[in-house]
Amino acid sequence: MRQWNTRKALREERIAAGAGFATGKLVRPETLVDFLEAVLRPGDRVCLEGDNQKQADVLAKGLAAMNPARIHDLHMVQSGVVLPEHLDVFDSGIAKRLDFSYSGPQSARIAKMLFGGKIELGAIHTYLELFARYFVDLTPQVALIAAVSADRHGNLYTGPNTEDTPTVVEATSFGSGLVIAQVGEIVDTLPRVDIPGDQVHFVLDAGKPFYVEPLFTRDPAAMTETQILTAMLAIKGLYQPYGVRRLNHGIGFNTAAIELLLPTYGEKLGLKGKICTHWALNPHPTLIPAIEAGWVEQVHCFGSEVGMEDYLAARPDIFFTGPDGSLRSNRAFSQTAGLYACDMFIGSTLQIDLAGHSSTITANRIAGFGGAPNMGSDARGRRHPSAPWLQAGAEADPDTAAPLRRGRKLVVQIGETFGEGNAPLFVETLGALELAEKLDLDLAPIMVYADDTTHIVTEEGIANLLLCRTADEREQAIRGVAGFTEIGRGRDKAMVERLRERKIIQRPEDLGIDPLDANRNMLAARSIKDLMLASGGLYRPPSRFRNW
Amino acid sequence: MSNFRQSWYEAGARERIAALVDTGSFAEFVGPEQRETSPHLGIFDLPAQFDDGIVVGSATLDGAPVLIAAQEGRFMGGAFGEVHGAKLTGLLHAAKALGRDVVIAFDTGGVRLQEANAGEIAIAEIMRAVAEARVAGVRVIGMIGGRAGCYGGGGLIAGCCSTLIVSEQGRISVTGPEVIETNMGVEEFDSRDRALVWRTMGGKHRTLIGGADVFVEDDAAAFRGAARAALARPAKLDLDTLAAEQARLERRIARFGDAADATDIWRALGIDDPKAIPDMPATAFATLAAQYRESADDAR
Amino acid sequence: MEILHFDIAAPIAAAGTRKMALVGVVASGNLEVLVERGDAPDRCAIEISTAAHGFRDLWDAVVADFVGRRAAGGLRIAINGPTPCRCGSPRASA
Repeated sequence: MRQWNTRKALREERIAAGAGFATGKLVRPETLVDFLEAVLRPGDRVCLEGDNQKQADVLAKGLAAMNPARIHDLHMVQSGVVLPEHLDVFDSGIAKRLDFSYSGPQSARIAKMLFGGKIELGAIHTYLELFARYFVDLTPQVALIAAVSADRHGNLYTGPNTEDTPTVVEATSFGSGLVIAQVGEIVDTLPRVDIPGDQVHFVLDAGKPFYVEPLFTRDPAAMTETQILTAMLAIKGLYQPYGVRRLNHGIGFNTAAIELLLPTYGEKLGLKGKICTHWALNPHPTLIPAIEAGWVEQVHCFGSEVGMEDYLAARPDIFFTGPDGSLRSNRAFSQTAGLYACDMFIGSTLQIDLAGHSSTITANRIAGFGGAPNMGSDARGRRHPSAPWLQAGAEADPDTAAPLRRGRKLVVQIGETFGEGNAPLFVETLGALELAEKLDLDLAPIMVYADDTTHIVTEEGIANLLLCRTADEREQAIRGVAGFTEIGRGRDKAMVERLRERKIIQRPEDLGIDPLDANRNMLAARSIKDLMLASGGLYRPPSRFRNW
Repeated sequence: MSNFRQSWYEAGARERIAALVDTGSFAEFVGPEQRETSPHLGIFDLPAQFDDGIVVGSATLDGAPVLIAAQEGRFMGGAFGEVHGAKLTGLLHAAKALGRDVVIAFDTGGVRLQEANAGEIAIAEIMRAVAEARVAGVRVIGMIGGRAGCYGGGGLIAGCCSTLIVSEQGRISVTGPEVIETNMGVEEFDSRDRALVWRTMGGKHRTLIGGADVFVEDDAAAFRGAARAALARPAKLDLDTLAAEQARLERRIARFGDAADATDIWRALGIDDPKAIPDMPATAFATLAAQYRESADDAR
Repeated sequence: MEILHFDIAAPIAAAGTRKMALVGVVASGNLEVLVERGDAPDRCAIEISTAAHGFRDLWDAVVADFVGRRAAGGLRIAINGPTPCRCGSPRASA
């Protein structure tokens, strides 16, 4: 007779094995490594947070300290490969297989280990895609999560940096897996309950807050005139004509410059209330001036940002906050918002080829995908119309009858023609192809595919790929904004001029933009201190950003 | 907002001069068209700048003739090289010969490593030239509020000036934060703790401890007003001045030598809420400073 | 350092009477441009001093583009410290 509760039975075994190292749900901290060795089994599928920003760093250290003779060949499924311990477990043989999404801080080491055969790669995913698989074929058997605090029943407060936790716990706990949480402190009463205690099996009092990295702060003092020019182009050449109200900004200086130009350049163009009202966005400090000037109605956040907590709590009309007043972020829902409820994604990349594929992979660095492929893709499951979506759809496909013609999400790549180290943005062959060969991958790791990309913005102008009808036109449109890179210098001058007449390429002067106007006086804030002042002192920048 | 207030911090050397002097009054000495560039940087495959990172010349400030110098903090961190130093030395010699006051907009990390010997010699020559000019009755007014601060040899020269005008962003020191950390350890001084750096070397602290005389907003017009006022103040340099400065420094170290952090010094000065100082707006701070600061007025 | 010289025909003559103009600073992401009057009104002489080696083709294209499109005739232009990320049309106006 088949048994139908084997997974629950195994969980009960794990709990019984772990009970020896805990008092109720509370793991005795000095026994952490023994505890982990008791509740884990070789070959387990383990989800470690491992998020974009917050890290269950004490649990990660414990995991890495286990005896590989006892626990080995784990299959790690995690959003972010960020801490050294996340890769140490592969070095020692504790872990063998990896499915992940983002590896920015470890991009060099993970590349080395992948090439060296130390890691068996499942796949690199986008965040939402990985979360989706938690519910299908990558359901974790054990989840190691991070929360701010717990009460004695195991209820958890995850606070502003809630991020992936509810998604991870939902899949693991209701999939009959074991949930172990590291918390900064145990309290009698939580500010609010983010994760109910009956979904949590063990809690470790780490005695200190979990590790969080400020990823989304861009210092206005570092913004260049070229970035300001591309921001002006984006606002006048895209946001205004398409009337983009609902959007996501990928992180970067070009998009941060757009945020700082809304109260100044955007105001001059009379665009307040007409663009940039609803956002799926992390709490970028550079959005503060626009919020304070009344541009923004609502923002949903993937995570939080160090230093922004008080500001967010003071603006509950704008941000999603709990009954305790602090931010509630949720990466899975924000990613879904970006996919279906936004009309534009705009972000930056490292390489674009002649078809319009973009990638951040280079020969020696594998940073993964994060959320960009999800945000930067046309959601074909979308059904509700909006003006920008319909307008883009009509540009892409003018011949189909309107009632049968889907719209298109605006997916924009923005950047300067030459990036860091004089590396050109535009290339013949993406580094991603070289990587696919090296690692014998089925697919080259493409961040945003050509057929999703609708526009490219550089200091040379805007290329509208929606209006291109042939591969040739597409190629020349890209060369036409590639400036003095080799790709740009290889343009068919006559054809590029014809594309310009058809407005497939628009130069600054075509949009009435004088590059000499692109100077730092146009920024609504020119320093981190300006941002702090704009927030009325509520924004508390981390020390590394101060110059006062 | 920032369209009306011209940020001193954001401005380059030439913009600072233009903001300080009467319109059209500036005549540049050894201008870029002379191409007096560094003879050393090419060896290191580093690009030269035609004015070698310092702009010097004559002008009038509200009608008063002055000689003026402004360092370009964005070029090699405003650091002193052979030509850069020589231009300032020459300007100070001219000041003594003409009996004309000098205004110097500092923005420097110190001496260029690539021109170390020439740079160090230049610092010494400039300090001597400042002293000689001042003995002859010339005022030497220093202004500090740029990205590079006023470090190394620049800090030494600043210490010789008759008046120092500083903004919040400005920093004055000899040794830089990273070097202090390397030599004394991160527990003693964490150079990445920028709040600590500014508490220790920044404009507000320098004002409170007598290391700078006038605190202004990050506003070119405010720097101009303070320079004008400084030009109207008497300034002498003789043995009495030096004795007074020696006494002031001895008193200062006796009074504050045990302080572990600038907030301890500010508390000892009688300030009730020293922790509020860094975030205090400029006008409020200037008022507070006027009441509580250690002055060096008779010692400069 | 690479010093590159260009002396090319300039279809559009520069106007104005100013003897010289200076724009920019030699710094990361920046460049210094000194514009002076030259001899022949239909030629433009450009000297580029750069630490970014091996971009001759790029400077060729930039110079040709600039001189072709702007009023550059009769000017002598000296550029210090450009890198490919700062090779867009110089902002000097004489």
